[in-house]
Amino acid sequence: MEAAFPSWRVEDNIKMHYTAIVPAGLSLLPLGAISSRRLADLPQDALEKAESTLVMEAKAGSNEAFEELVNRYEKKIYRLALRLTGNEQDAEDVLQESFLKAFEHLPEFRQDSRFYTWLVRITVNEGLMKLRKRRSDKSEPLESATDEDGQLMPRDFRDWKPNPEQLLSQEEMEQILMTAAQTLSPSLRTVFLLRDVDELSTEETAATLGLTTGAVKARLFRARMQLREELSKVLKRE
Amino acid sequence: MTCKEAFQEISKYLDGELAADLKRVLDEHLCKCSHCKVVFDTTRKTIELYCNGKLFPMPERVRDRLHYALRRKFQQKAV
Repeated sequence: MEAAFPSWRVEDNIKMHYTAIVPAGLSLLPLGAISSRRLADLPQDALEKAESTLVMEAKAGSNEAFEELVNRYEKKIYRLALRLTGNEQDAEDVLQESFLKAFEHLPEFRQDSRFYTWLVRITVNEGLMKLRKRRSDKSEPLESATDEDGQLMPRDFRDWKPNPEQLLSQEEMEQILMTAAQTLSPSLRTVFLLRDVDELSTEETAATLGLTTGAVKARLFRARMQLREELSKVLKRE
Repeated sequence: MTCKEAFQEISKYLDGELAADLKRVLDEHLCKCSHCKVVFDTTRKTIELYCNGKLFPMPERVRDRLHYALRRKFQQKAV
């Protein structure tokens, strides 16, 4: 499988996980006992119960139940795909391919994790494949120039304009965030998106990406710091 | 606490993972050090900006295409 990754470097554990699961099908994913932090915080567990009921119905052959699951998560999956790929067309493809793949592999989903985290894993795999294809088409390295073993220290200490989201249009803010996110290597970007944006726990993120919790924390730290530096260039006070 | 030490703890601080005594020392440092305070505040703001749920809405056209593809998949399964 090494030959399939000619132009980008990812840490071995991500690569092993990625190469192991994508071609062979989703049944090989090492799913752990995963629960969503966000949904666990809901006042009642009705929504969560409904999800497992819908999954059971969908597994029993109900297309309506599966479409209800799609309705529930399509916006979040689209946002994840868009921020991961940085490209609207790719995000649209990833969204569609992820849900179709989830439908196809639903019989293999053992329900020992939440459906949503299983879906996130499929989406991340599809998104990374899309990135790899796009980058290899252009023969560009996928990793940033950041030395992941080096000492990370902040360089920009200028404060930002207050409430930049109110000073800029939605389109301007989206463009700024998207551009900054694309400076991260895919391995850092993925951890940041799952942990900080999708609000998966450290353990869920680790299980989803096949990483240790220590690796998730280290990457999250680097991702946050690098994004802060990038945004400082644009959002700093004059 | 030095700035270098403070900086290494900022991410854990944001995740609420710092022990109470270390958090107190870091709080004292942030009160005195404007550079570290800026790094702390703007890191928190970075996360906040990316979590804005109003950004990156899914266009209706994308939703329509997704559900059209799903229906086709359902039909293929039925055959």
